[in-house]
Amino acid sequence: MRFEHPATFNPIDQLKVIGHPTSRIEGPLKTTGTAPYAYERHDVVPNQAYGYVIGSAIGKGRIAAIDLEAAKGAPGVLAIVTAENAGKLGKGERNAAPLLGGPEIAHYHQAVAIVVAGTFEQARAAAQLVRIDYAKGDGRFDLAAGRDEAIAPHPSFGGPADTAVGDFAAAFAAAPVQLDATYATPDQSHAMMEPHASIAAWDGDKLTVWTSNQMIAWGAEDMAKTLGIPRDNVRLVSPYIGGGFGGKLFLRADVLLAALGARAARRPVKVALQRPLMFNNTTHRPATIQRIRIGAERDGRITAIGHESWSGNVSGGEPETAVSQTRLLYAGANRMTATRLAALDLPEGNAMRAPGEASGMMALEIAIDELADKLGIDPVALRIANDTQVDPEHPQRKFSQRQLVQCLNEGAARFGWSKRNPKPSQVRDGRWLIGMGVAAAFRNNLVTKSAARVRLDRQGRVTVETDMTDIGTGSYTIIAQTAAEMMGVPLEEVSVRLGDSDFPVSCGSGGQWGGNNSTAGVYAACVKLREAIAQKLGFNSAEAVFADGVVRSGNRSVSLAQAAAGGDLVAEDAIEYGDLAKTYQQSTFGAHFVEVGVDADTAEIRVRRMLAVCAAGRILNPKAARSQVIGAMTMGVGAALMEDLVVDKRHGLFINHDLAAYEVPVHADIPHQDMIFLDETDPISSPMKAKGVAELGICGVAAAVANAVHNATGVRVRDYPITLDKLIAAMPV
Amino acid sequence: MRSFSYERATSPGAAAAAAAGTANAKFIAGGTNLLDLMKLEIETPAHLIDVNGLALDRIDETADGGLRIGALVRNTDLAADRRVRRDYAVLSRALLAGASGQLRNKATTAGNLLQRTRCPYFYDANLPCNKRKPGSGCAAIGGFSRQHAVIGASEACIATHPSDMAVAMRVLDVVVETVRPDGATRSIPIADLHRLPGDSPEIETTLQPGELITAVALPKPVGGTQAYRKVRDRASYAFALVSVAAIVQGDGTGRVALGGVAHKPWRVEAAESELPRGAKAVTARLLADAKPTKDNAYKLPLAERTLAAVLREARG
Ligand SMILES: Cc1cc2nc3c(=O)[nH]c(=O)nc-3n(C[C@H](O)[C@H](O)[C@H](O)COP(=O)(O)OP(=O)(O)OC[C@H]3O[C@@H](n4cnc5c(N)ncnc54)[C@H](O)[C@@H]3O)c2cc1C
Ligand code: SF4
Repeated sequence: MRFEHPATFNPIDQLKVIGHPTSRIEGPLKTTGTAPYAYERHDVVPNQAYGYVIGSAIGKGRIAAIDLEAAKGAPGVLAIVTAENAGKLGKGERNAAPLLGGPEIAHYHQAVAIVVAGTFEQARAAAQLVRIDYAKGDGRFDLAAGRDEAIAPHPSFGGPADTAVGDFAAAFAAAPVQLDATYATPDQSHAMMEPHASIAAWDGDKLTVWTSNQMIAWGAEDMAKTLGIPRDNVRLVSPYIGGGFGGKLFLRADVLLAALGARAARRPVKVALQRPLMFNNTTHRPATIQRIRIGAERDGRITAIGHESWSGNVSGGEPETAVSQTRLLYAGANRMTATRLAALDLPEGNAMRAPGEASGMMALEIAIDELADKLGIDPVALRIANDTQVDPEHPQRKFSQRQLVQCLNEGAARFGWSKRNPKPSQVRDGRWLIGMGVAAAFRNNLVTKSAARVRLDRQGRVTVETDMTDIGTGSYTIIAQTAAEMMGVPLEEVSVRLGDSDFPVSCGSGGQWGGNNSTAGVYAACVKLREAIAQKLGFNSAEAVFADGVVRSGNRSVSLAQAAAGGDLVAEDAIEYGDLAKTYQQSTFGAHFVEVGVDADTAEIRVRRMLAVCAAGRILNPKAARSQVIGAMTMGVGAALMEDLVVDKRHGLFINHDLAAYEVPVHADIPHQDMIFLDETDPISSPMKAKGVAELGICGVAAAVANAVHNATGVRVRDYPITLDKLIAAMPV
Repeated sequence: MRSFSYERATSPGAAAAAAAGTANAKFIAGGTNLLDLMKLEIETPAHLIDVNGLALDRIDETADGGLRIGALVRNTDLAADRRVRRDYAVLSRALLAGASGQLRNKATTAGNLLQRTRCPYFYDANLPCNKRKPGSGCAAIGGFSRQHAVIGASEACIATHPSDMAVAMRVLDVVVETVRPDGATRSIPIADLHRLPGDSPEIETTLQPGELITAVALPKPVGGTQAYRKVRDRASYAFALVSVAAIVQGDGTGRVALGGVAHKPWRVEAAESELPRGAKAVTARLLADAKPTKDNAYKLPLAERTLAAVLREARG
């Protein structure tokens, strides 16, 4: 189905199932521990052996020699695979550094070997006997030092390296009020609960991998490419995923090494990346340095806005596209952005929780707060004054929906923003210095092809199959709701099967595109199935009404079970998009309000209250969507206050590579969180009239926290995370 | 993890004798620290002596009015003990500020005292660390040292002792009771249990090989207002950046120990005479010879300010 024109009334608009706060249909499996995750698939194939991954001990250089003798002789060892004996390997389209390193080492903890043994303990013990001599090379590990030699990259994602409208330099120079500030965001790790994990089994030259992956088709394609085997010989299965956050968008070492280990051991092999490897072996969100310049009139209107960002990556890696939101968020006639990429030898930087956008908003939304300070204008009012309903670079291009102003106003009213004292460090509650902060939330809606297959059987049950994944987001549930709405059956009559590369190729889960596109694909397949049913029954498909398990046309009515009495009826289709994403800017908006307390003695920062107001198209399932947003807000608190992969610039690694040293928020850090959605349907986006939701929730949160800390203390911290050591000198005596 | 042999000890004396009589043996109690380190091959014992079966899990009153805490009393039980909460509140508070509920259910009194540092370089066997591999160097010096010691450190090691409980025990002046392989017992004041790193940071205590901790004796209650304040980046489940254990008496005198600043719980009795003059005067003495790194210089004002807050609260 091609989606070329704004959606009109369709069966989804009945809202009998869609739009209801339905609990997750796979929830009972999760809460009873019976949803099988990749590493637990003991059932799928017998005789599984265990792999243990060895990561490079150096950040840059070469392997001079490997001695496998002792390890090979260790109890239970079945095989050891290294680059030397793995045979010729290609590299996935979406991988920068090779997943199996050697002799060249691209980054610390790059996998250099897998030891396969009969038990996990045997594999782990034998791995310690592998002797590797390294010849250490000189690596580049310091983004600030590499900044001057950074190049203008050609990003495959996000906008061009340089954008310009009007005359930024002149307008900035002429502006009566100017802000010029530089911000820094650190490297961050996804730190998902379930590490990358896979079980690989060969059947002749056909490979099946039970894994944990957000983008099944990408994974299968890159697996085939890496192994140099036909795409059709690879099957990836990933029905349950214990968190991904962008870290599982791509083929990673667990999949490849399980496959290589299984080939060498002639047995199925299971591999989970050990937790200490997770931080340097896999991808991470790259650090940025961002310079923002804004020129404004005294009444607050922005006349010039410029945003430059530097990030680094390994050879073949992409920049963090931190400037993209600045191109669209606020009005202003003169604009520029620049994205620069420094060559670094740290692990590969890649997508994480609103890649680019989250990092960019961390800086931009502090900058707006700083500008508000300089102007003496309330930060909510300043944002409203600079709202734009059109793409500021292309004024003929409208936003399909843009309720930023409504979000800000609604949030300000609910949060009690009027009680904020604009003068910093005035409000106290016992030993706590209290401050409030606000930031805009803004994330684009991406539309992309997504397919599904829908089957009606003689029991009247509907089964949906698509390679879409559920990474804890609620995909199972909203897909079931979509099929139930379309086919006129109760939710219980729908089965959803996900995450198998044998199923039609979906959009996958990433970039907050999963919800809208995957359900739109299911919508398309259901439209086709409705036509097939109508045709089978000799009904006019335009007139057929699907409700209560029955199809009606005129005075005839037939149950769905009867319609399929002669055999299953199956339809497969994809949603494909026309030009609406070009003619309209499709985005989601919100406003974050945060109250923090800063301990006047120790400068410890604790969040006290949070509110997000979001406008993100039709909310297919308010319960699932709310969970996504409050999870995202929690991650925003982590980004603001603690998450920091610390680079050891001498040894070339992220040194705090476990969950004790890389801190993410715990329950005690998260206070009462409130979030509401504004009513919105967006017919430009898809037949579902929905848009992405989840990543909107993280964009801006950290800046709202930072702004609240400033309001509490008067200290403006421009390098994240905001920790007590950066405030202590300014605490009251 | 290397393969190892395992035995269950039947008596404290037998445990100590077995530890001395077997090459590369270690006691295992809750295992919450030791097992993690074994999986990473930072600890590589060839033999484990499980002491959990020893009847060292009681808290008894002593003749001098104090309490004797068995080495195997779990952190959860110790923190919850009515007598501890009433008379040694600083200890109960310190315990509850540590780790998580699940860990405290497992962790034992002796294991907690002997837990090893959380220096991230200690945990990565690819990097130099004198504590893990004597003579290999100290990667934390000149590296990421935000958590590290500001005082009492050496050219060889700047690690901190991570225990909360031990800081409270230091301020309470507990005595550690042990049995040695030859069956002899001794009592070690806690001040003498942990060592500064010097040029042998791998040797962390004055315990002799095979020496088993059997109990910790709390002297009779000292009264006063007792406080434990732990400062950290996240609200729970994080090691202290700085912590303060304090006992403040009605007349303004008292005792103070710091956590998170040194290779052992940090207490300088002479500094306590400054207590009536306030936190600044105390920390000036307590941290007089501090040599912080660029990353952890914040600990000096932080310690002073935290102590000031504790004293203010204690004095109402
Ligand atoms: C994630 C995490 C977070 C933590 N957070 C904190 C925190 O915030 N604050 C804090 O204070 N601690 C914290 N801890 C540490 C925890 O308190 C210790 O791991 C625990 O107290 C160790 O006790 P155990 O009985 O498990 O010791 P084990 O691991 O069994 O043993 C530790 C050491 O003591 C030796 N040993 C044990 N018993 C005896 C004995 N009777 N005589 C002689 N030697 C003995 C062992 O040989 C070993 O060397 C944390 C631990 C983890 C894993
Ligand atoms: S500080 Fe101590 S524990 Fe840390 S690396 Fe140096 S020697 Fe090892």
